[in-house]
Amino acid sequence: MGVWFSFWVVVGLILVALIGAGLLNLSVIFGVVFPYLALVVFLVGLIYRVVQWGKTPVPFHIPTTCGQQKSLSWIKYSKLESPATGWEVFLRMFLEVVAFRSLFRNLRTEMGPGFRPVYGSSKWLWLGGIAFHYSFLIVFLRHLRFFTQPPSKLVSIIDSFDGFLQIGHPHLQLTGVVLFFAALYLFLRRLYIPQVRYISLPADYFPLLLIMGIAGSGILMRYFIKTDITKVKELTMGLATFHPKVPEGIGVIFYVHIFLVSVLFAYFPFSKLVHLGGVFLSPTRNLANNSRMKRHINPWDYPVKVHTYEEYEEEFREKMKMAGIPVEKDIEEEETEEKEQEEKE
Amino acid sequence: MAKAAKPPKPEEITKTLDYRKTPKGPWIDTKVEFRPGMYCYGTRPKYLEEVDMPNPREWSTSDEDWKLPENWKEIFLEGMEDRLRKHRSFRLFMDICVRCGACADKCHFYIGTGDPKNMPVLRAELLRSIYRRYFTTGGKLLKRTAGARELTEEVFKELWYYAYQCTECRRCSVFCPYGIDTAEITIMVRELVNLLGCNTDWIMGPVANCYHKGNHLGLEPHTIQSNIEMMCDDIEEITGIRIEPTFNRKGAEILFVTPSGDLFAVPGVYTAMGYLMLFHELGLDYTWSTYASEGGNFGFFTSLEMAKRLYYKVYAEAERLGVKFIIGGECGHMWRLWHQYLATFWKPPENLETPKSPITGTVFEHASASKVVHVVEFTADLIRHGKLKLDPSRNDHLRVTFHDSCNTSRGMGFFEEPRYVIKNVCNHFYEMPENTIREKTFCCGSGSGLNASENMELRMRGGLPRANAVRYVHEKYGVNMLANVCAIDRAALPTLMQYWVPGVEVCGVHELVGNALVMTGEKKRTMDLRLEPLPGFEEEEEEEE
Repeated sequence: MGVWFSFWVVVGLILVALIGAGLLNLSVIFGVVFPYLALVVFLVGLIYRVVQWGKTPVPFHIPTTCGQQKSLSWIKYSKLESPATGWEVFLRMFLEVVAFRSLFRNLRTEMGPGFRPVYGSSKWLWLGGIAFHYSFLIVFLRHLRFFTQPPSKLVSIIDSFDGFLQIGHPHLQLTGVVLFFAALYLFLRRLYIPQVRYISLPADYFPLLLIMGIAGSGILMRYFIKTDITKVKELTMGLATFHPKVPEGIGVIFYVHIFLVSVLFAYFPFSKLVHLGGVFLSPTRNLANNSRMKRHINPWDYPVKVHTYEEYEEEFREKMKMAGIPVEKDIEEEETEEKEQEEKE
Repeated sequence: MAKAAKPPKPEEITKTLDYRKTPKGPWIDTKVEFRPGMYCYGTRPKYLEEVDMPNPREWSTSDEDWKLPENWKEIFLEGMEDRLRKHRSFRLFMDICVRCGACADKCHFYIGTGDPKNMPVLRAELLRSIYRRYFTTGGKLLKRTAGARELTEEVFKELWYYAYQCTECRRCSVFCPYGIDTAEITIMVRELVNLLGCNTDWIMGPVANCYHKGNHLGLEPHTIQSNIEMMCDDIEEITGIRIEPTFNRKGAEILFVTPSGDLFAVPGVYTAMGYLMLFHELGLDYTWSTYASEGGNFGFFTSLEMAKRLYYKVYAEAERLGVKFIIGGECGHMWRLWHQYLATFWKPPENLETPKSPITGTVFEHASASKVVHVVEFTADLIRHGKLKLDPSRNDHLRVTFHDSCNTSRGMGFFEEPRYVIKNVCNHFYEMPENTIREKTFCCGSGSGLNASENMELRMRGGLPRANAVRYVHEKYGVNMLANVCAIDRAALPTLMQYWVPGVEVCGVHELVGNALVMTGEKKRTMDLRLEPLPGFEEEEEEEE
């Protein structure tokens, strides 16, 4: 559902940049206005989302326990899978975020011989996800050199590591290529794994195609359709220092690139991409498994109607007495009380 | 009401399963088909009336018209908005799913039915599409392109159908990179359909019973007592020891609460006999309660509010009787709730103390706030301290495997305690394959109130992965006993075993304890707790012959 739709949207976006920046010469719009707008939408949108989740209460203590609880002192408990303290929760979350630990557990269910389901290890999605996210992170960090003068040490180090193969001129940077192919892998698995294809929406294909467009245009710009890098830096530094200016003669491919990036930023808070912020707030992962040790309070708890013991005894008193089960209030006692009451009146 | 359909033969189920196949056309256009055998009957109005729940009426799930109130859509959407504001899990899980598909083949109902709407991701998308349409800008504007759809009666029925094909087992949430828990979503859908009076009879009956009579089965005080006395008769026959448990006794040190299923049905009663024998042998100062006579909570399968209403009795009774702490029996969803919800629902009363075993002196620090200890934790501690005289050879005719219940596994982290106890009371213990136990355990297929009889095909399909793993150890090691710590397991697994793996029986852990427990002054045992002859312990006269 929606592969072609997503594809044509991305093609359309590329055409918009080609026509707008190339033919109509709207370089200020594409080089300054859109990037600023996109950044504002991204920041405001993402903060809004995170604050909205953060403000929504967690009424119950619901960690998913994937390992032995802390109970008896001689039973070793799993600090990572069933954390009992804040520090252990931190470790669990840390590995979840940096190593995609839950995804690493992934299994594949297949119908084995004799029509019996079997479950085998399956790490491809994990590997694709790791390759995709880490290459994206490094590409993002590398780009910071366009926004600081001189580029920070860290960025330069990343840059040189990324190009350690020293192939071609400028040196081939691995992460850009990995990003493109990892996104391509994630895209193709959506098409070829029947279950995943069945659940996929345009909102799943679109960001992958968009990111392939971004990586692709970046690679084109760096290695094939050369762009004047000093002029690009002049523009980006202008953005970073809030003195925007648009030098003449930057190739149109640059505007395609920066426009797709702007779209990604602006699209981010409205899409599933907000998992970037959401993963930290997931109550099945970020709570300690200590709900019997520490009482969890529901902030919106309210009184409910209950069936009290008195009501229960009222209904079953005779039966309880017959069975010799102790009762709070003897009927004879009750009757004498009533009589006394009547006499007083 | 439609007549309950007989489930197809096992091989008819397995041969048609093909996980590579998906239906033609997008799921959003595939209409829900209510197939007999795959769903439960709708609730009778009287149950709803008994606990003041909305829209009581005569209706049937197979009817075209579910007799929803005129403004049902409004009620549903307002209910949804309210819950989005109150539960971070709900809002977050609506927002952040990337549909990576890691959960898709983890659900026992998907594995057993091959129906893609039983993939956890798609089960959630059924509701997420409504969320997008009514609560997100993109969905309001782009409609179907954004994966949004209108809430119609057809869609409502689909939500209902699949919310009652989920046992809230949380297996999917183990594998989800963001910890998205379908149980949270199913809980919300069930709350929403309950706003419109659309529960199942099998859930609502126990709820109404439990509210008024104290337990799901509706056992009245004298019946509880006489059931337990009948067990004591059997224990006397087996051991020669007369046990005289107390009920509603003020001043006892410990209140014992267990699911009422163990007081009524085979093989649960054997587990209850195990408790009785153990507590007697220890000379434990404890009492049963006829008022708080239910550990389980079918309210949890209705709404969180109903769960809270039903659990009022536990702490209230502990306060009235003035006990020091509470021991809870073997039950799955009960322990998810006692571990994660009970002390949030209700403040533990002041008279309760941090549980301390009167036998070993062990302080159960991990229960210092809620004051509730699992009976298996209690027993494991006893064994560790050498306080029990055990003869595991009395269980030598059993080759035992252990089924981790979903709720105690993924909502508590309860893995080693039962294994420790089993290994000390049995000589032959075998684990099922690694990917089917512990946190990756498979549901019995009948949890969360789905253990009715009219949905037998669904139950047998949902239990396929569990049964398949049992069959593996049955064939490889000759396993003939499936031990567990859950009353629903004890009720549901025997049927599942008969269907998929004949020759395997089902028991609670404390049945095995009761068999192995050497009691002071007992006569020579010749029978197990099922009153069946103990192989190797036959009466001497027979041997002489």
